[in-house]
Amino acid sequence: MTQNDRMQYRKQKRLQRSAAIWSALEPFAYLLPFMVSIAIFTLYPVFNVVLMSFKEGFRMLTGQYTAIGLGNYTYVINDKYFANALTNTALYVAFVVPISTVLAVVLANLLNRKVRGMALFQTAYFLPMVTSITASGLAWKFMFSRDFGVINQVLSWFGVDKINWLQAPSWNIYALIIYGIWSILPFTIILLLSGLQNIDETYYTAARVDGAKSGRIFFRITVPMLAPTIGLVLTINTISSSKVFNELYPLFNGRPGHSYNLYTVVYYIFDQFYSKSKAGRAAAAALILFLIIFVITMLQQLIQRKWTH
Amino acid sequence: MLVEMIGLTKHFGTTKAVSDFTVTLQDGELTSLLGPSGCGKSTVLNMLAGILPPTSGQILFDGEDVTNLAPERRGIGLVFQNYALYPHMTVLQNITFPLEIQNVPREERLQRAREMAQLVHVDKLLERKPKQLSGGQQQRVAIARALVKRPRLLLLDEPLSNLDARLRLEMREEIRRIQQQTQVTTVFVTHDQEEAMSISDNIVLMKDGYLQQQDAPQALYNNPVNQFVADFLGNPPINHLYGALKNGQFVLEDGSAAFTLPMDVTAIQAERPLVLAIRAESAEIAQPGEQAVFDALIESVYTMGKEALAYLKVGTQEMRIYIDPDEGHQAGENIRVALKQRGVFLFDRETEARLL
Repeated sequence: MTQNDRMQYRKQKRLQRSAAIWSALEPFAYLLPFMVSIAIFTLYPVFNVVLMSFKEGFRMLTGQYTAIGLGNYTYVINDKYFANALTNTALYVAFVVPISTVLAVVLANLLNRKVRGMALFQTAYFLPMVTSITASGLAWKFMFSRDFGVINQVLSWFGVDKINWLQAPSWNIYALIIYGIWSILPFTIILLLSGLQNIDETYYTAARVDGAKSGRIFFRITVPMLAPTIGLVLTINTISSSKVFNELYPLFNGRPGHSYNLYTVVYYIFDQFYSKSKAGRAAAAALILFLIIFVITMLQQLIQRKWTH
Repeated sequence: MLVEMIGLTKHFGTTKAVSDFTVTLQDGELTSLLGPSGCGKSTVLNMLAGILPPTSGQILFDGEDVTNLAPERRGIGLVFQNYALYPHMTVLQNITFPLEIQNVPREERLQRAREMAQLVHVDKLLERKPKQLSGGQQQRVAIARALVKRPRLLLLDEPLSNLDARLRLEMREEIRRIQQQTQVTTVFVTHDQEEAMSISDNIVLMKDGYLQQQDAPQALYNNPVNQFVADFLGNPPINHLYGALKNGQFVLEDGSAAFTLPMDVTAIQAERPLVLAIRAESAEIAQPGEQAVFDALIESVYTMGKEALAYLKVGTQEMRIYIDPDEGHQAGENIRVALKQRGVFLFDRETEARLL
């Protein structure tokens, strides 16, 4: 091998090696834009919120803080507005999630039939999803109106006295719950409808040939076979209802209930951050909410693993 | 139960799935509905089950008109191609479900389910879910679920098509055993002629929505009414030689070979285009002095254990016959072929009708 050959050989080896390195790295190059955006817009803020929650007296604009410690947490935990927010949020979740799921299962089952004009019904049920929550919230505000609202008018046919949904503090939460159920239904129905369409038609045929009526088919076949989707719906809806805020804002002109009686946890976070400029307390409350949702979701997963086939 | 279908017709829009179908199924027999895919056999089954209403015609169960009766009031058991076992129920719950619907008391429900499970040999799997069973076991459970109601008619829709070859053989025998043990009148839908031949008391062969022929398997094989029936049954498929009669001899269409047939052809008009159909086992290498003999060239020989299949050239046309592998015939050899009486048919080329 001459000097020249040897140089040629080395050059070739080098080229081969760099090609090998490139082929190993290439997939990461394609992932890079996504990773960068996740890092900037998700990981960094999350990390920052955790840090922020331990910074006492933190000022957003200057970045100054007085001490590092658990001060924000002790404040939030002892704040009666936060306690109020937790109770309201828990009540909201406890009503909205089960009621909306049951309603959605029934409605999805009805919408799954092959009936002429079904597209019209489907559109009607999915309309809330494409409507701005502010616009629909205003519409509901009118419907909840004590003297002119359609809801009280309908109730009056059944002999129910006028309810002051939006002005009487004790009724505020029920107005919020009703509106919350309405706004969460379309998405829930879509998930359940896709679950229903995955159930093979022959199961129904088999049951019908055996003489099963539609009620028994619904409870003994449809619902159990839909269980995995119902589990998914429960998890997603628990998480999203725990973060209730958007529904609250338009109903009470941006206030948490008629007389500041209906704080929710996210409204509390929003209030601490924007109105009171207490970023550290807001961060601490956000982390507490995160922990609660995390624990509930884990428990749900544990339970659901048992009753899904 | 005696099942009569009279002029049964089913149209889907402009598609004619089943046309003027008149067939009687005898009590206690296993009848196969056989035919290529799209021939209307599943449509007939669904009409018997009451899942599809017929466009016209009548269905009688033991003389009673059930044409417009709802499925659950017909006393039928149905086994689906994909079994349709409820995945969230155990084997036992799957089998008891039809009884639960009929409000049979719990004790009796369990007892009847256990008896059925024993009959189909799944009594050790009662607490399992369908997912934990093999295809053959799922099939057994599906049959138990169909039979637990004590139906007057058991309907099986391509029950073996989801199984692998070995299980298919096993389940074929099992279905036969269970049917003979219970003596339930059974309809078995299949596109597999071998399956139908081996399992049935009676075969109903269909094509394009029309009944072709109904008979016992061997009778169907030995005495087809038309070329379709002859072609559909038997493996390897029946041989075709195309030609016409001239001076009492069968002459291939390009005149490359001519020979006498082992049957009386005097009634058939000369020059009429014909198909001579010969089963692979109905021709043999001729002994000296034999009648109805023609020349052929062996193109290739495939030996399969006890027998060998020889591909022959007769004039310009081809056929397959079984030969004795021990006689050592080789490709390239010129032989003389004799036709037997049985398994040789003459069909009209145009109408496919059987002439002889």
